[in-house]
Amino acid sequence: MKPFIVCEHADFGYENQDAVIDLSITIEPGDYLCIVGANGSGKSTLVKGLLGLLEPTAGTLTVAGQLRKGGIGYLPQQTAAQRDFPAAVQEVVISGTLSRRGNRPFYSLKEKRLAEQSMERMGITQLRAKCYRELSGGQQQRVLIARALCATEQMLILDEPVTGLDPSAILEFYRLVRELNRRDGITVVMVSHDVRGVVREADKILHMQQRALFFGPTADYVQSEAGKMFLGEGIPEGGR
Amino acid sequence: MAMMREMLSYPFLVRALLGGVLVSLCAALLGVSLVLKRYSMIGDGLSHVSFGALSVAVAVGWQPLAVSVPVVTLAAFLLLRLTESSKIKSDAAIAMISASALAVGIAVTSLTTGMTTDVSSYMFGSILAMSRQDVRLMAVLSVVVLCLFVFCYNKIFAITFDENFAKATGIRVGLYNSLIAALTAITIVLGMRMMGAMLISSLVIFPALTAMRMFKSFRGVVVCSGILSAVCFVIGIAASYRLSTPAGASVVLVNLAAYSLFTLASWLCAWKHK
Repeated sequence: MKPFIVCEHADFGYENQDAVIDLSITIEPGDYLCIVGANGSGKSTLVKGLLGLLEPTAGTLTVAGQLRKGGIGYLPQQTAAQRDFPAAVQEVVISGTLSRRGNRPFYSLKEKRLAEQSMERMGITQLRAKCYRELSGGQQQRVLIARALCATEQMLILDEPVTGLDPSAILEFYRLVRELNRRDGITVVMVSHDVRGVVREADKILHMQQRALFFGPTADYVQSEAGKMFLGEGIPEGGR
Repeated sequence: MAMMREMLSYPFLVRALLGGVLVSLCAALLGVSLVLKRYSMIGDGLSHVSFGALSVAVAVGWQPLAVSVPVVTLAAFLLLRLTESSKIKSDAAIAMISASALAVGIAVTSLTTGMTTDVSSYMFGSILAMSRQDVRLMAVLSVVVLCLFVFCYNKIFAITFDENFAKATGIRVGLYNSLIAALTAITIVLGMRMMGAMLISSLVIFPALTAMRMFKSFRGVVVCSGILSAVCFVIGIAASYRLSTPAGASVVLVNLAAYSLFTLASWLCAWKHK
């Protein structure tokens, strides 16, 4: 099968400062890739590049044809403004279908059904009329995944999804994502701070520090120089 | 009822009511998006810029609207940029811009014509300020705003709720943000002469905040704040007619009362559910 995304010696950045330098990665269908790295290592910039919001300043980024037509579901970092936003769960979820819709002003029956299905998949149908701001952090993330699923069946990009969740919600969240990846074959790209959690979940790791320090299977990452250092830092005294 | 009929027999009051209802409706709809995106201060900043522009126009002898609409629209884009770039502390920048604009307005006025009733009415509003042409402009404006909210409702929701996701799904976020900023600017310029530069921003902020106390869906908040704003305006004008209080201040006070009422009601609801 053709790879979804091929990145060859690509630089990404703003104005005259590149946050990502000389990056070469390949994302295959069905991958579960985690992007780790310290703050300011270019993770979010790379995500913008993958989503097509930033053009590479050098090198090439090739996105497979079927992804280009709104085939990527995106779960952005939560903003402070969202936490007290008056929106029903249903309204949030259905807004994910916007990319499929072009310029028609109203939602059709098909889109409503799609929203129903994704809510069912995420187990939040009973919350549909609830207000987004009254949900717990874990429930909010489920709503946002349901929204992303309305946009795609192929690839999800998750930007720092577990930040601010409590430990049990984090485990639950990982279980959900794994299920989407294994059972439904959805390609997952996740940016995360939670290195220890991520090495237990993902199949591939990209460790960034502007350049790629490591890119490859998780098993190799744990043995690698970069992985040992980062994981060593990541495990506090008395950690699991 | 008798009072209403009496009020409607004055042509200037009919104009004020009609124009005011339209402006309140626009301000409330745009306000929902601005308040939720944490841009409430933009409304306040714009009203001060608008005051500055109007005073300068009056001093020089130009047509006030022809000067202030472009100036304030430009200021709206500027303020939006400021808020979007995280480098500058936007609240401080807005405070600075509004004070400067106010100062320019006052200085220019006192140097030329002195504090005429015109300028004072820009400050605190005057119900007599509505001309037939103003009402016509307001009608056009409200048609544009209503169309935007009916036909682009889903996109506005997506942009307000989550700008990054909206961008990723291919919505032209910048275009819609600029459109909302420009429409807000025009709403403020048109409404300012009746409500007053000091008070017009309340029309943008109050209805959205009030509606958010009771409604939990975006649709509910949008619809409620539009209706609420229009109702509050009519009650405010009636009160101002009856008690001979300034129109702008009366409308703001009615809005405050509505906010208190909704807050109380939401507490009661929460208490009952316990």
